[in-house]
Amino acid sequence: MPGMSKPADEMKRPTGEANHRTDGAMLLKGADMVVEALRRERVDVIFGYPGGAVLPLYDALYECGIRHVLTRHEQGAIHAAEGYARVTGRPGVVIATSGPGATNLVTGLADAMMDSIPIVAITGQVAKTVIGTDAFQETSIIGISTPITKHNYQIRHASEIPKVFKEAFHIANSGRKGPVLIDIPKDVAGETALFSYDDPPQLPGYQPTVVPHQLQIRKLMSGLSRAKKPVILAGAGILHAGASAELVAFAERHRLPVVHTLLGLGGFPASHPLFLGMGGMHGSAAANKALHETDFLINLGARFDDRLTGKLEFFAPHATVAHVDIDPAEIGKNVSTQIPVVGDVREALLMMLAADVESPHADAWMNELLATKEQFPYWYVQEGTGIKPQRLIAEIARLTAGNAVVITDVGQHQMWTAQFFPFEVPDRWVTSGGLGTMGFGLPAAIGAYFGKPEQQVVAILGDAGFQMTQQELAVIGEMELPIKVVIVNNGALGMVRQWQELFHGERYSASLLEWQPDFIKLAEAYRIPATRVQEDDALTDVLTAFLAAPGPGFLECVVEPRENVFPMVAPGTGIHQMVGVKP
Amino acid sequence: MTPVLSVLVHNKPGVLNRITALFMRKGFNIQSLTVCITESPDVSRMTLVMSEMDEAALEQVMKQLHKQIDVLKVTDLTEAPMVSRELALIQVNSPIAQRATITSLIDPFRASIVDVGRDTVTVQVTGDAEKIEALISLLRPYGIRELARTGLTALPREASAVSELRRLNESQVLPI
Repeated sequence: MPGMSKPADEMKRPTGEANHRTDGAMLLKGADMVVEALRRERVDVIFGYPGGAVLPLYDALYECGIRHVLTRHEQGAIHAAEGYARVTGRPGVVIATSGPGATNLVTGLADAMMDSIPIVAITGQVAKTVIGTDAFQETSIIGISTPITKHNYQIRHASEIPKVFKEAFHIANSGRKGPVLIDIPKDVAGETALFSYDDPPQLPGYQPTVVPHQLQIRKLMSGLSRAKKPVILAGAGILHAGASAELVAFAERHRLPVVHTLLGLGGFPASHPLFLGMGGMHGSAAANKALHETDFLINLGARFDDRLTGKLEFFAPHATVAHVDIDPAEIGKNVSTQIPVVGDVREALLMMLAADVESPHADAWMNELLATKEQFPYWYVQEGTGIKPQRLIAEIARLTAGNAVVITDVGQHQMWTAQFFPFEVPDRWVTSGGLGTMGFGLPAAIGAYFGKPEQQVVAILGDAGFQMTQQELAVIGEMELPIKVVIVNNGALGMVRQWQELFHGERYSASLLEWQPDFIKLAEAYRIPATRVQEDDALTDVLTAFLAAPGPGFLECVVEPRENVFPMVAPGTGIHQMVGVKP
Repeated sequence: MTPVLSVLVHNKPGVLNRITALFMRKGFNIQSLTVCITESPDVSRMTLVMSEMDEAALEQVMKQLHKQIDVLKVTDLTEAPMVSRELALIQVNSPIAQRATITSLIDPFRASIVDVGRDTVTVQVTGDAEKIEALISLLRPYGIRELARTGLTALPREASAVSELRRLNESQVLPI
């Protein structure tokens, strides 16, 4: 394994000017303070790209003991930080320079904001003396990033660094998690100030409610015990809160069916008999039936995204809705909610488990749902000699025994992976949900590897999205990261093509990639062993060898170009109006 | 309903931008916005008069404001007992011959003339939005040259004074 960094404690302390005082504070230069703050936060890897305004910071990072991964584009760096954060639950750290370096972070910040991924992004800024003069590589990243960060800071003096870093890590990784950006003017890095990291963050305007109100829990539980058609909708909040075990215990205690959102997958074991599958646009028939017909919906850490709910008037129209969320602004935002519960979903589940109430009498309902699940599984038709993308995913799942960390890009292959890869445990699934960022997958896989280097990492990417950030193959090649990259090549922007086929009269406007690079030569140019497979007969053998080989690997899998993702809730329709529930 | 919100925020650079950026992002519309310092130099008060909106939308506005790290407190003054004032400066045509009429017109509003020119006078008026609207419509026939309004600023009434008032009112109701 390419050497991981040492634990923070063993790392080299700053040399030179470090002037220790009896009160534990020390006199440091701004750049060294940043490094020291990262150490105190036990950051073990940074993804970044240097440039003029961060030269002093990079000088301090040189041989500091914290691993730095040089991506080939700042967008790659922030998606890598997201992948790292998603599988570890710890903030991903990214550094970029001022101007274009900072603006290249924008997509990743927006992505992390939508999917509640904890990120601390550090940007260089031109010196305070020239801010506002349109200096070289100056841009107002604070202005640009305000709507797409949980919070941001511009440091005006080195003395603010410890306080700002402490707050930034706290804000990023507590409450509803999210990205925090710290903008550091170049001259601040050279200023000297006292460094003390012991004071707890003082944030009177930021006090997330963690423990829910007992009264609301009681309302929820008494409503549940009267329900005839209860269902749990479990979102990524389960993963952020580390509440998988509690979710399983609660569902089993009261025999409740569980539906996951796209981002929640893995929170509840896919093979569990109470699991109905993913809900929403490409969810399972059973999951959507449950969400439509339920009379008591318990939302645990999901945000009622429109891709989940479909047309709102048909979403749980007969249900009493209970919604547990750490972000009160999500409760009642899209779906009117009778029982709001503000708090950490794990705390809520522990209180719900402690409540002594009768389980709902819902056996008939449960049996009906399980019959639907049985009757309408995800499907594809195996025909011809070509490879069905669904079978490719199912084979990857089978051959990795469902143990791999799986990263996808955005589009058809993402939906097929959500459908056909059974996620049994939390934090093995990395995908861009809310923002739907093409180009996310490859760099996120790099970050996921650094987060979980002991796990097999498989990046399942579309041929189009891959090409948006393909330069990050350089990181995999250079560091010989044992990441397995699978390109699901259908020669199109598959999901766009599918919508044009279904809703735009088969007018394939700008969605067919009739010309493509030689993917094999491309991967080989980055010195990554590459294979192509296009015959179904060969798939299993090729995949087996590919997944078993040590080191990096690249597999171009040419699949049926016209395959569509089904079942589907067409835009503007209700979740009970699914099309393509069976062949 | 045109909600009135009083928002206490950190008095720091960029906070106003955070609030307006939030409103733009969420598509909330503001009728007026005043920002001023408070008794504490670290804290500013924003008084927001929102455009017409229903209760659910207002709840979302308040929750989104609460999410801002620099927002310390959000109070909905719409239905609460409050003292609210706005100030307007109205420059109105006023030939010498009509000046007395205008003076008598503005008198019941406790408005005052703060600038006098050859052809115009500038009237200053303070009060709630309704009162200011009323004076503006009275002056309009004379020809308003220019108009500047501050937007509303407001404070909740002291709780004890409110309850005292209520007690007084209730005590005047005859028990039947």
